[in-house]
Amino acid sequence: MDNQLALVLVLAPFLGFLCNVFFGKSLGKTASGWIGTLAVVVSFMATISFFMQVNGSGKAINVRLFEWMQVGNFKLDIGFLLDQLSLLWLLFVTGIGSLIHMYSISYMHDDEKIHSFFAYLNLFVFFMITLVVGSNLLVMFIGWEGVGLCSYLLIGFWYKNQEYNDAAKKAFIMNRIGDLGLLIGIFILATLFSTLDYTSLKTIITSGFPFNHYWVGVAAFCLFIGACGKSAQIPLYTWLPDAMAGPTPVSALIHAATMVTAGIFMVTRLNFVFDVAPVVQTIIAVVGATTALVAATIGLVQNDIKKVLAYSTVSQLGLMFLALGLGAYEVAVFHVITHAFFKACLFLGSGSVIHALHGQQDMRRMGGLKKAMPITFITMLVSSLAISGIFPFAGFWSKDEILMVAFEHNKALWIVGSIASIMTAFYMFRLMYLTFFNDFRGTEEQKHHLHESPALITIPLIVLAILATVGGAISLPGNSWLNHYLAPIMSKAKHGEHHLDSTAYMLMGIALVGAIVGIAIAYVKYIKQRQLPQEDAQISGVNKVLYNKYYVDEAYEVLIVKPINFLSRFFRDYIETALSGLVFGFGKVTSELGYYGRKIQNGNIGLYLFAFVLGVCAIISYLFLAQ
Amino acid sequence: MASNILNHIGIENYIFLSVILFCIGVFGVLYRRNAIIVFMSIEIMLNAVNLLFVAFSTYHQDAQGQVFVFFSMAVAAAEVAVGLAILVSIFRNLGSIDIDNLKKLKG
Repeated sequence: MDNQLALVLVLAPFLGFLCNVFFGKSLGKTASGWIGTLAVVVSFMATISFFMQVNGSGKAINVRLFEWMQVGNFKLDIGFLLDQLSLLWLLFVTGIGSLIHMYSISYMHDDEKIHSFFAYLNLFVFFMITLVVGSNLLVMFIGWEGVGLCSYLLIGFWYKNQEYNDAAKKAFIMNRIGDLGLLIGIFILATLFSTLDYTSLKTIITSGFPFNHYWVGVAAFCLFIGACGKSAQIPLYTWLPDAMAGPTPVSALIHAATMVTAGIFMVTRLNFVFDVAPVVQTIIAVVGATTALVAATIGLVQNDIKKVLAYSTVSQLGLMFLALGLGAYEVAVFHVITHAFFKACLFLGSGSVIHALHGQQDMRRMGGLKKAMPITFITMLVSSLAISGIFPFAGFWSKDEILMVAFEHNKALWIVGSIASIMTAFYMFRLMYLTFFNDFRGTEEQKHHLHESPALITIPLIVLAILATVGGAISLPGNSWLNHYLAPIMSKAKHGEHHLDSTAYMLMGIALVGAIVGIAIAYVKYIKQRQLPQEDAQISGVNKVLYNKYYVDEAYEVLIVKPINFLSRFFRDYIETALSGLVFGFGKVTSELGYYGRKIQNGNIGLYLFAFVLGVCAIISYLFLAQ
Repeated sequence: MASNILNHIGIENYIFLSVILFCIGVFGVLYRRNAIIVFMSIEIMLNAVNLLFVAFSTYHQDAQGQVFVFFSMAVAAAEVAVGLAILVSIFRNLGSIDIDNLKKLKG
């Protein structure tokens, strides 16, 4: 029974994909959208059923489908591991996925290729589910590559625009770099332990069986590189802001709520590997904190509404990695979940705004939308409060826990994380004020067409806003359901819950005050003084550096892309020319020889006979003379 | 040794005859255009060599040469059969057996 239901869970989106690929066009726009949505809803239902079961019994369900390969003593199955972690992930992947599918029905309604859009979305959900439920690293890798592919397809969905195609390629290539790391990590683990099964790996590593710590550390580092690519951490983060080229539901689904959390999932899944590699953990924490800060600073000055959200995503992912690096996996998972709620809501809200303004994404051309779009405004306001960490919204609890863990381990990391949080509060409210307050700054025509989005768009927004409000309840300090729930998948027993002592209250207070200060600065700047971000040409000084994202893309261009292009050109122009000249030369000589040799074969038998006799005579006389 | 024919006709005569026959064969091959004649000339060359074999076999009082001629004749018979069959086939296709007409093998 479990096997069948698990198959339904995994394959329902794939069926949806097939339906949309083969019949999508003939079904019509709305039907194709609803089929896509339904497929994900079915998965969501199956997930809920499993979740009830596992939450009740506390035992993981291991579904073994068939043996994939056996080489020597290395054995690999295709199978699913439905345990606390994977089910939790599935809940929000399929849950938020359903909402976003529903949203897309309305958002993409005017697009003529809507059926392929839903096909890609379904395929993405299928691969994401595979990634999460796989019982070993190789099944996860299939999903890992699959979501990369779908991400490419969806970012470049409007393929007629060359910039979007470039963004898609960039995302794909950046991800490939990370994937190589992941693959090497997997190989090292397979060599060391002869298995890739999570359960066996965990048993071997935690049982005290002697193994080579150095190589496990290397493997952990390689796996982290993979996580860097997928979850957009320094130095592989530049693809995510560009990925905003895709339609907004894609940004919400893939680049905020699900795919980018795959790296965090993988690290949490393999927490037993990272726990025995403290050096790598330190690297993760530092990279995470740095990413959080750098991305937040860039987010301060961006004017494209989606770019702001993209950098805020990178920054939040950085905070999650900070928690992972400090060994607080359940805290990272907590932030993943709350972040999925409010960031999906923010993206969908921004999509609603863009939809109302007919594709305008520049916040300098928005403003005053509060009255025209009340539902979008309120849901986005709630989510902004959540991401800024205002009590009692979801983000407050999760961010606070990360900062608390950082405070316990290392004050410097705590300071970096706190600064990033304050910046988050500032740029989120900069976004809110510029978009929804003051007067409308767009064209007259847009002003006439301003309207609240239809119900299919606002319902997901409302649901997500509610979740962003109450989501924190799953892990309240001192009484954390989540920590308790995730305990079976962790290798180390946790050092007790955070007690609500004076330090904890103080940290909460500091975080709250910081967030309010950030909001207040934004208020003074954009409401009181009615400042507007400068036009592109007028930006100067520090702002210019930030606006141009520290010139990281340009640096990569100079340091990596240019040399590689130069090398390629060199090989093409010289090495290849020489080699092909040689090969062609051989061919040419042979064919010339053939051209002349052909003339001897004139078909005259008499001549052949003559030549034959002459030859025999020559041989005989040679033999005669040679003696 | 008394009955040895070589006592009456010297070995050099056999060699001369053989050489003459062989040369007739060669010239026949080179100058005649009729495929059957060419074919016959080849047979003459073959038999010139056979004659030489037999002559030297007697000269050396060794039967090996004669045994070899038997093989050579058997092979020649098979070759004639195949060769004539080919010629018949050529004649059916071209209506002539002039070797100058056989130019389809031209490269």
